[in-house]
Amino acid sequence: MEFLHALTQYAFLQHALIAGLLAGVVCGIIGSFVVVRRIATISGAIAHFVLAGLGAARWLQVVHDQQWADPMLGAVVAALVAAVVIGLVSLRAGEREDTAIGALWAIGMAVGILFIARTPGYNEDLMSYLFGNVLLVGADDLKLMALLDLVVIGCCVTLFARLQAVCFDEEFARVRGIRVELDYLLLLSLIALTVVLLVSVVGIVLVIALLTLPAAIAGRFTSTLAGMMGLAALLSMAFTSIGLAVSYGPDLPAGATTIAIAGLAYVAVIGIGALRRSLSRRR
Amino acid sequence: MTGADPVIEITDLCYRFGGRHWVLDDVSLTIDRLDFASVIGPNGGGKTTLIKLLLGLLEPDRGTIKVLGTSPERARPRVGYLPQHATIDARFPIKVVDVVLMGRLGPRWPLGRFTLADKQAAGAILERVGLGGFERRSLAELSGGQRQRVLLARALAADPELLLLDEPAAGLDIKVEQDFFQLLGELNRAKTVVLVSHDLGFVSAFVKTVVCVHHTVDVHPTSELDGTTIQNLYGGDVRLVHHEHSVEGH
Repeated sequence: MEFLHALTQYAFLQHALIAGLLAGVVCGIIGSFVVVRRIATISGAIAHFVLAGLGAARWLQVVHDQQWADPMLGAVVAALVAAVVIGLVSLRAGEREDTAIGALWAIGMAVGILFIARTPGYNEDLMSYLFGNVLLVGADDLKLMALLDLVVIGCCVTLFARLQAVCFDEEFARVRGIRVELDYLLLLSLIALTVVLLVSVVGIVLVIALLTLPAAIAGRFTSTLAGMMGLAALLSMAFTSIGLAVSYGPDLPAGATTIAIAGLAYVAVIGIGALRRSLSRRR
Repeated sequence: MTGADPVIEITDLCYRFGGRHWVLDDVSLTIDRLDFASVIGPNGGGKTTLIKLLLGLLEPDRGTIKVLGTSPERARPRVGYLPQHATIDARFPIKVVDVVLMGRLGPRWPLGRFTLADKQAAGAILERVGLGGFERRSLAELSGGQRQRVLLARALAADPELLLLDEPAAGLDIKVEQDFFQLLGELNRAKTVVLVSHDLGFVSAFVKTVVCVHHTVDVHPTSELDGTTIQNLYGGDVRLVHHEHSVEGH
């Protein structure tokens, strides 16, 4: 109640709510690809590499007075670089893929922290990048987020059958004459853009949970990839909204609250499923 | 039908795994149109590698491969492929018809849109493999045998001239496997069939040629196949279960 009242009064809360909804839509769509294609680790590496972009942009802005260097822009560039590098590595390197992913994950963090250490306001920046601070999302950020939403959703709708085929059976898609490498790089790039959207809501460290948990829950109740995406999007939007509402009163971090709620929902769904199976076996 | 109408022509083929040990060494092989060839041999002997070379998914280190008179890559639109079942995630959330439609994807459908004709074709092929009315069913709820039929329908979706099937019967029980081979036998009237068989002793009555792969390749008509062949292939200590063959035309 207190939250609803505050929502009508404060623009920053309205922005936060809209940011959560914008992130939730793509999170459900792209998260479903991540879950069925089993590339959660790759998505985690892309997310952590984003810190390099955030740190570099913030450093350029504060220390060198380059106002064009918006941290969101830095995040987009870093995420896309990480997606392409990981994509090329995983298409070429085969068995050494996980080493490369781990390296990129850590290098991104290290570079980001070095830049942030050289920038005044060290602690606040780092904390909000790592764990998100959705209350800081401004009207300009919302415009960029809406644009990213349109790009990701547009690509997924037009290329759905291809992307589904590549996720289901990459080799067969290749035999059917599809340029599988291009589709895979495109998918990773879409993941990268989604990660950027999510970073402003829940932060780098927590991105992976919001990307996978709603999709994993949705996967238990749906029998098509499109259905999974729809349900996962609704769940993601519910989690970010409830997380914001619950965290407002006691002044908890919104990102962490959102993830805790998503995690509880996931555990509950898994638990109820297991309980029902064991009960039906006993009968 | 004369014998001089090869669908697969392999000459002096060599393939090394990771540039090290030879998987296939100096292989020459010809498969004629409307043949039904079963590829047998021990694990790691190169059966799947042979199939992937025929699909152009792997490049030979030496030698030439011609499929349907052209390169493996160019032949792909006219080839139907059923991969090993382990490569498919059985829990993937997808309807049967959407799996079959993947068989009609191609470079000409840059966006992967399907027409009504595609959907009707998919329905007809499902009917053909004995899964009429299964279009809207979820892949995850099907039995192993039904799932293999769906993948066969996907391989058939573009009406290929040549079917390459990698262990299509692995994990199926005997009755289901026999039905599956019956279906392949019917398809063989119009299409050349090459399948990798996991089960060495069992060679279906529909099989006309046996291709033994163990780094090298020997070809036998089924009528010639006996215990010595199998022993040579697997290095001796194999007990052969004798089957009643009813081979026609040899």
